[in-house]
Amino acid sequence: MGTAAPSTRKIVIDPVTRVEGHGKVTILLDEARKVKQARLHIVEFRGFERFIQGRPFWEVPVLVQRLCGICPVSHHLAAAKAMDRIVGGESLTPTAEKVRRLMHYGQILQSHALHFFHLVSPDLLFGFDADPGVRNVIGVAARHPDLAVQGVMLRKYGQEVIKATAGRKIHGTGAIPGGVNKNLSVAERDGLLKDIEQILTWSRGALAIAKDYTSQHLKELRDFGSFDSNHVSLVRSDGAMDLYHGNLRAIDAAGRRIFDQVDYQRYLDYIAEEVKPWSYMKFPFIKSLGPEQGWYRVGPLARVNACDFIDTPEAEAARKEFMALTGGKPNNITMAYHWARMIEVLHATEKIRLLLHDPDLQGTDLVVKGRRREEAVGLLEAPRGTLFHHYQVDRNDQVVRCNLIVATTNNNTAMNRAVEGVARDYLSGTEITEGLLNRIEVAIRAYDPCLSCATHAMGQMPLTVEILDCDGRLVDRKERGGPGDGR
Amino acid sequence: MADSVLLIGYGNPGRCDDGLGPALAEAVERLRLPGVTVEADYQLTVEDAAAAAAHRYVVFADASVGGGEAFFFRAVHPAGGTSFSTHSVEPEAVLALARDLFQADTRGYALGIRGYRFHEFGETLSDEARGNLAAALRFIVPVLTERTFDSAAGTAEGIHSPAQVRTHP
Repeated sequence: MGTAAPSTRKIVIDPVTRVEGHGKVTILLDEARKVKQARLHIVEFRGFERFIQGRPFWEVPVLVQRLCGICPVSHHLAAAKAMDRIVGGESLTPTAEKVRRLMHYGQILQSHALHFFHLVSPDLLFGFDADPGVRNVIGVAARHPDLAVQGVMLRKYGQEVIKATAGRKIHGTGAIPGGVNKNLSVAERDGLLKDIEQILTWSRGALAIAKDYTSQHLKELRDFGSFDSNHVSLVRSDGAMDLYHGNLRAIDAAGRRIFDQVDYQRYLDYIAEEVKPWSYMKFPFIKSLGPEQGWYRVGPLARVNACDFIDTPEAEAARKEFMALTGGKPNNITMAYHWARMIEVLHATEKIRLLLHDPDLQGTDLVVKGRRREEAVGLLEAPRGTLFHHYQVDRNDQVVRCNLIVATTNNNTAMNRAVEGVARDYLSGTEITEGLLNRIEVAIRAYDPCLSCATHAMGQMPLTVEILDCDGRLVDRKERGGPGDGR
Repeated sequence: MADSVLLIGYGNPGRCDDGLGPALAEAVERLRLPGVTVEADYQLTVEDAAAAAAHRYVVFADASVGGGEAFFFRAVHPAGGTSFSTHSVEPEAVLALARDLFQADTRGYALGIRGYRFHEFGETLSDEARGNLAAALRFIVPVLTERTFDSAAGTAEGIHSPAQVRTHP
């Protein structure tokens, strides 16, 4: 990414955007009126540290769910993993670990399914240039009702898994420091088993849609907002994909290992965050490579690229097909995120089915404790990517410091690159056309960014795109999807 | 199903007055009103359409960020909408999905309770919001009990024009 010209006007992000929750893209032009840089402004939560400081550590897994209405379970589990170490209970009982994994796979399933059917399928089914008034979930419901029902029911099933394991949909309390506070009853298990084969069938169907679309549109998608990048994810000790627990692996665009099997308690030795004056959101990077070369992608694309294999048969077959597209090298096509995401949907469903048949879920040994610690990191692969929770707790059991790196922050540089690439390819002149706006939306959506670690204030979230000339003068501005946008 | 009611209170209780919807849901749930199912969540999402479709009436209780004091209550109708990148949907979209996907003729209503503090983390409602919550509760309980949604919506609209009020997004 280039550096803004000294003459470029300073960008001020209005703090109210935290509540209004919009995504804002600023395209900066050079003297020749070509795209010099594009910046995606995302509103990140702030103030959480103050909120959490002074609270007893055992409250944290519940409190952190308030961070985000979209992925509360991921925050719940990441915090619980950190607090496991605080109480010396990181070696969970089989029942506790499996209940948590079940909860996590339910979260992956519901989040990925919702994103794909609700937000992405309209782009794929109707095309990037379709009228935004049709290119939405209501449009899918009208023209592809069976598909829309599948999306709703996959999401609903994932939510039922969460409810059965976390106790409730909102303010779940299932994971506690050192374990869980409930097992899965036989009645709950049977209720979930009843529908699992149907869910598996629908998961296969969703994967087929994403795979076929990518394969059939490869020529168009190969360069769409795409670029070589590093990839970071958790992997199991044997290199398998593991969304709940493992060690950190980073690979470069060609698949070479940058680091591998790094204990995430030491993530600060490997990952640093850069601050830029125009964004509240930080820009993480791999320390050994520095900020210019060390930025990376996380999430489904990174996970499928980084792992050696997937330990469920259908998802593994799908991974092999996915990797064959790029000759076994990492796939750096931004739009391939959707295919990778649906591989994970199938993997999560296979895992849920396996777990539901595991009698350990009805075990009664739920909590362990050991040597008390005062600092710990909890990390997992949330639907959008690697999620870091880092806490320090004093001798009075109060949290004195916390640091979070959420998936969308990890993808910050990559999303900016994607938007910049689209702007370079599709901005003609200085006018923001419908085609440009559509494609910026599509490129950002590939990452499934969580723009809302704040209030639930997202339903009316607009996308605002501005073009500034080399003197910082506003040349054009368009907004879509906000209140008053009748489409 | 004949006259069953679903009340969904939504919002983030960790964001001060954004928690008005779940707070109302909690208060109504404690009353155990016959034929009234209560749900609370951080936001509305597509699967709420399946729940809405299983009821005759659905009330969406949310915080509102502007307009008149206390609360408003109005009918909402199925409609689509665009969203750039979010997993949540609006009440109108929930009703449209209930209609289009589950062939339901569920009647929908929005109860917007005025809030004032949304900008920071915090688990408590402001004093003003707490007062509005009490007023909204006094208003909605007989409506839920007697199923007088349409007449109540007309009355409430007379008090607080929906044009003045934007449901907290």
